[in-house]
Amino acid sequence: MEADKTIDAKGLNCPMPIIRIKKALSEMQPGQILRMEATDKGSKSDVAAFASRTGNELLEVKEEGGTFIFFLKKK
Amino acid sequence: MPEEKRKRMAIIASKGSLDMAYPPLILASTAGAMDVEVTIFFTFYGVDIINKHKYASLKVAPIANPAMPSPVPMPNILGMLPGMTALGTMMMKSMMKKISWPSIPELIDACREVDVKMIACTPTLEMTGVTIDDLVDGVTVGGAAEFLDFALDANVSLFI
Repeated sequence: MEADKTIDAKGLNCPMPIIRIKKALSEMQPGQILRMEATDKGSKSDVAAFASRTGNELLEVKEEGGTFIFFLKKK
Repeated sequence: MPEEKRKRMAIIASKGSLDMAYPPLILASTAGAMDVEVTIFFTFYGVDIINKHKYASLKVAPIANPAMPSPVPMPNILGMLPGMTALGTMMMKSMMKKISWPSIPELIDACREVDVKMIACTPTLEMTGVTIDDLVDGVTVGGAAEFLDFALDANVSLFI
């Protein structure tokens, strides 16, 4: 999936991946796609919760060798 | 935010040790990032979390804390020895660094970025001689009624 912006949160623990997502989204336009990579094991459910609460759509999550890759569409 | 009323979280932060400073700030910064309106009311030792002379050097006490990790097993009473609090704090900070956890000043910045409202308890300031100039930027002073006015409409209320 093509992303308009990519952030690397690998090695960061809760709450930083969510804080980074929020910051990145605030610099983007509605409809744009954010890609984030994280290794925090809690990030899978944290990002899903963030997305459902804020209305930014979680388009895809995949896992590649211990790294979670998220695609979020800015509301 | 849309027409829908924003969710609210109200927190009272009453402790000033390093381990007790993290939960309110982590929850507040995360909630703020999730578009939740957050107020933290800092009271008693909790005011140290927003005291700019102290917030970078909060400590954790090994004594009476059986959960404190130790490189070698030792009776808890040894926590009373001079230097043990400093040692325990150093160990905890190095463990935090290993997992790239943000420092307390970094978390305060994260809270500020998402407009977390931070209120310092006026009687505590009065009692300890701490003034608004000793506190980090963005803090206001207030009392129980101001906190309750917010908390009465909150979805989550925590005393930490």
